[in-house]
Amino acid sequence: MRHMIDPLDFSVEEVEKLLNLADDIAADPSKYREVCRYKKLATLFYEPSTRTRLSFEAAMLNLGGSVLGFSSADSSSASKGESVADTIRVISCYADICAMRHPKEGAPRRAAMYSKIPVINAGDGGHQHPTQTLTDLLTIRRRLGRLQDFTIGLCGDLKFGRTVHSLIKSLSRYSGIRFILISPEELRVPDYVIRDVLDPAEIPYEEVSSLEDVMPQLDILYMTRVQKERFFNEEDYVRLKDTYILTEDKMKLAKKNMAVLHPLPRVNEIALSVDDDPRAAYFEQVQNGVYVRMALIMTLLGLADGGKE
Amino acid sequence: MNTTFSIDSMENGIVIDHIGAGKGIRIYNLLHLDELDCPVVLVRNARSIRYGRKDIIKVAGDIQLDLDLLGYVDHNITVCTIKEGKVIEKKKLTLPKRLVNVIRCRNPRCICTVEEGIDHVFELTNHNTYRCIYCESKSKM
Repeated sequence: MRHMIDPLDFSVEEVEKLLNLADDIAADPSKYREVCRYKKLATLFYEPSTRTRLSFEAAMLNLGGSVLGFSSADSSSASKGESVADTIRVISCYADICAMRHPKEGAPRRAAMYSKIPVINAGDGGHQHPTQTLTDLLTIRRRLGRLQDFTIGLCGDLKFGRTVHSLIKSLSRYSGIRFILISPEELRVPDYVIRDVLDPAEIPYEEVSSLEDVMPQLDILYMTRVQKERFFNEEDYVRLKDTYILTEDKMKLAKKNMAVLHPLPRVNEIALSVDDDPRAAYFEQVQNGVYVRMALIMTLLGLADGGKE
Repeated sequence: MNTTFSIDSMENGIVIDHIGAGKGIRIYNLLHLDELDCPVVLVRNARSIRYGRKDIIKVAGDIQLDLDLLGYVDHNITVCTIKEGKVIEKKKLTLPKRLVNVIRCRNPRCICTVEEGIDHVFELTNHNTYRCIYCESKSKM
């Protein structure tokens, strides 16, 4: 049985196949509206999420399946002290596949060890968020027409930003990618990302603190929110939250075909006036997220390729 | 001043040799050798041709060793099993691929530090470091 816990759980070829399926779904969603008939998706969300949970639910409903689950730890047995392992063993009896978001890092991996159904990591603390990564890859591919040979600037909270860690890991498998890591000193990417991912593969990267200085070099700008919920100390959050704000003026420094991505929700790190710029791709990302989750659900349930897998 | 002394050879037991100088006491404690009722010798700063100085532990009894634990603490260690005065087995240790409950994950955001009863499992990466299988935090000795 396959799970999607880490963005590298799928090979480059498998990711390509999945993105191709997502493209096909995008071209004609109606072709897929019965694919998951009688199948159930459990959404186990131990921390608040609007878009990821609804994106998963929309994906399953679009495929003709149904959904059940909970949207906060308070409304689950976790509030009674139930372990992740026990919860997943129970949920395995109710659903065919599950998407889990958990504030603690590694919880979905723990669940996968005990699960009888495919587990999708829908975000675990500040660790990984592989379906957001698939969404990002699909958006980049649709915008640039390729997943090789480009410079990507990752900006904001690179320390706790799980989407950033997952995206770096995934893109490290493609050739010709250059990373520019834009963050304040305190929010730089964790050392394991540098030591285990970038350095061994000799992937070029630089760590900088000025967004303006590097704007002209970028093919992709990936903005992130400084996440209040990841800080133990509110003072640090307040000090760092407004470090980077993307404005129309800064966009003037960028290439004409650069694409701006953001995993959303945004607070104020992208000015509203940037939304009308054709380079703003973040709402497109949301739509792509539904297509890619549809493709992932089908793949993990063995229903891609007409169920021949 | 004479800086050498001799220890009687053993008929039956285990010799943990080539321990990095200064690490012997840690291994002694980790293996709970203080709880054994057979003779145990810890030699510190013994002369070593290869390393200059080394620690050695001799246990005159039949004990089960956690070789993964030993390999993690010092993978240069050799473990010799002695039977009737002869070395019948000599094992060179390597860094174990997986460590279960040898290192504790210290990441307060990791599931294994929050839920009770979860083994703390670390795996060796390509770069001779150990990372928690759940949160990928690097091990700290």
